[in-house]
Amino acid sequence: MSRGAQDLGAACEPCLRRSWLIARLTAHIDRAWNARRGRAALLGLDDLALVDALAGDRRDAILAEYDRFDAAAVRHRCAAAAVAALCHCDERYPTPLDDLPDPPAVVYVRGNLSRLERALARDCVAIVGARRASPYGLEQARGLGRGLAAAGLTVISGMALGVDAAAHVGALEADGATLAVLACGPEHAYPASKRRLHARIVADGAAISELPPGSLPRRWCFPARNRIIAALARATVVVEAGERSGSLITAGQAADLGREVGAVPGLVTAPLAAGTNSLIADGARLVCGPRDVLELLFGAAAETLAAVAPDDRRDGLEPDLRALLGRVGAGCDTVAALADGAANVDATLAGLAQLELRGLVRRGPGGRYVATA
Amino acid sequence: MFCDAARRSVPAVLARVVTFAIEGVDPRPIWVEVDIRPGLPTFRVVGLADAAVREARERVRAAILNSDFEFPARRIVANLAPAHLRKVGPGFDAALAVGLLAASGQCAAQALGRWAIFGELSLSGEVRGCRGVLAVAEGARRAGLGGLIVARERAGEAALVEGVEVAAVEDLRGIAALLDGGEVPPPPEPTPAPAGSIVAPEAPDLADVRGHELPLRALEIAAAGGHNLLLEGPPGSGKTMLARRLPALLPPLTREEALEVTRIHSVAGIGERGTLPTVRPFRAPHHTVSPAGLVGGGSPPAPGEATLAHHGVLFLDELSEFSRPSLEALRQPIEDGEIVIVRGQLALRFPTRFTLVAATNPCPCGYAGSDRPCRCGEHELARHRRRLSGPLLDRVDLLVTVARPSAAALAAAPRTASATVRERVLAARERQRTRLAGTTMHTNAQLDAGALRAQVRLGDSARRALAQAYDNGGLSARGHDRVLRVARTIADLAERETVELDDVLQALALRTRESADEALAA
Repeated sequence: MSRGAQDLGAACEPCLRRSWLIARLTAHIDRAWNARRGRAALLGLDDLALVDALAGDRRDAILAEYDRFDAAAVRHRCAAAAVAALCHCDERYPTPLDDLPDPPAVVYVRGNLSRLERALARDCVAIVGARRASPYGLEQARGLGRGLAAAGLTVISGMALGVDAAAHVGALEADGATLAVLACGPEHAYPASKRRLHARIVADGAAISELPPGSLPRRWCFPARNRIIAALARATVVVEAGERSGSLITAGQAADLGREVGAVPGLVTAPLAAGTNSLIADGARLVCGPRDVLELLFGAAAETLAAVAPDDRRDGLEPDLRALLGRVGAGCDTVAALADGAANVDATLAGLAQLELRGLVRRGPGGRYVATA
Repeated sequence: MFCDAARRSVPAVLARVVTFAIEGVDPRPIWVEVDIRPGLPTFRVVGLADAAVREARERVRAAILNSDFEFPARRIVANLAPAHLRKVGPGFDAALAVGLLAASGQCAAQALGRWAIFGELSLSGEVRGCRGVLAVAEGARRAGLGGLIVARERAGEAALVEGVEVAAVEDLRGIAALLDGGEVPPPPEPTPAPAGSIVAPEAPDLADVRGHELPLRALEIAAAGGHNLLLEGPPGSGKTMLARRLPALLPPLTREEALEVTRIHSVAGIGERGTLPTVRPFRAPHHTVSPAGLVGGGSPPAPGEATLAHHGVLFLDELSEFSRPSLEALRQPIEDGEIVIVRGQLALRFPTRFTLVAATNPCPCGYAGSDRPCRCGEHELARHRRRLSGPLLDRVDLLVTVARPSAAALAAAPRTASATVRERVLAARERQRTRLAGTTMHTNAQLDAGALRAQVRLGDSARRALAQAYDNGGLSARGHDRVLRVARTIADLAERETVELDDVLQALALRTRESADEALAA
């Protein structure tokens, strides 16, 4: 592949038409999805069956469009959006997706194709979780992303608010590989507040999607996206999930595909830990840090473990700072709670700033401190 | 020049009286010239007068007749000079009436050269007080006039200015008697306000605050260094209660400052009269305030809340609810210590040197980061953060989280009173004053980049810690300077000339949030 002109892949016409059809029917799929009609099998239907099942009285019109499908126009749109298309027939198509009963016909990629190949050639770990995560959850996701990327793994997530974004940020911090699987066209930053993150992921990794450029996210797109995350990753780790979280769907799909599943535990009283704790109860691996994920994938004797050094940042810490850090870790997180009386405020402030300078705590929203992972 | 003109002898049919107009919060001398000549009986007032001044004709006519003087049935023209200055309000009534009396020979004109006259007339001839009496008294002193004739009810306020004799008159006859050589009626002695009257309450004390160690420490630092402060916390955690305690921690007003504050408040028609305030003003405009209401404006331009808070505290509760234009308008006042309002060819300056205290919920529902679950959607959170990340917050040095105090803290014994803290604040201010002698800066909060380098001596470990914080990416260049200013103040409170590690660490823990902190939020 030449380094000059961007490699946009060479998707074949039937595959492009298939993915065009999915995008064309997105509103119909959404309606069927929300009405809970044949959810699971929907994307596995072949083209004509899909139109028959969904289009209703628009059937003939859509079939006419289907027959007039112009692959060149799609390729042109992809080129304009700097999006590459890897179809199912392409040898570079990610093979793990073939484990799915309904693999996407085309994977659209915003970012460098050879970088995507390199990222997928490594062991991939998905880190998913709640959008409205707690500072603790964000910190754990970021720490996992950083640690696993530093160990040479690829971090996959959905670039959603909260845990997903934190996992990407962690991987980028470690200059590691990270892939974002989006529920819209890969060139489109959704949610919009993650524009900057999207740009960084595209620059250092890749954003991928089964939907062609210009597609906007619908409700059905998110669980559909989750199946791609679950399939691409060797292990899926859930960080914070409520009782009925979408992340649990991802974990379930991963388990169905025979992939490993891990979960970061939380307080039994925390609603955001209900999902993860029940995953652990159901047999998911309890994940306290990157080392647990590496052990899960490669066994206790794995060489990669050396890449994630045991946490020695606490060593050599002055006794009072160590005590302060211990109390922060135990959930005593405001200055008011940490300082027992008026005389202690100055010392507490100074101690927290020390710990923050050493990267051991972070000041979160509401002035709450959280121990870093 | 002005005094010579005022003292020049005038022909009998032409009388000249000195009074003052208020432009912004500053007095401007006005000559009232009254010319009476034979002709059809008319009474005209010329010289860029507004509606209230034109209505003065009716008040003046009635007041003169009801005071048993004669209203000349001739052609009367009163001119307010200089003509380019817009004259507003009823304060020229008394001067017009006296000019008319003097021009018609009903009172002596000789003494008019040494008195300024300022007041509104009632139809019965009583002299009433007007807004801005203190400013007028200062104008009279600056113009070198001997005295000022004002209504008795506002004479106490005028008497605050030294070097001007104040004649406290009841009515038009009283003025005439005085000009005819009668005794000067002295202003009333300041009397304690009667019970039940509306006077500014003494600034609330720290002694009745329970818990809140961290915010109180931040208030002390803010008071000592003149730093602007942002209080963040859920509803009902005590943000407003804490902000109201800042004036009691600030140094008492000096006499000059107190005069300036009284002059501004007098022009705006608010506040106590007759005695100088000792406690610094505390202004808390509602978040629906318009930009003009906040920084001054309107036609004619009137002082806004920022000017009313001059030498005191401007408290913006629910900061994120203020309109963007209002907050943007505050930039110049905070930055320059004054606001310039331009109207046509007129540029008015309003002083605005205040300490800003802003309070905000951590999110629209108020419970983000607290023990109760937050109910805000991502868009609401993003909007809230955007509103709080404006240029205004670039000028805020301290961020402190206010949490609901625990039950144990509520039951604790009372703490030290404001006076104890104020002593430390005064000592710290004194250190700053000594260090900044010979510059235009007074407090650490005003230190500019150059002064920061020159004035802030850092210990070795302090320097390393600050460099580390900067290199970690958690601090912008501006943030770095803000931390340095606050650290300087903390060292001043600890009576240290060198800024040590502990000072820098505390300043770091109280630093405002920056975009780097926000990268992961929500």
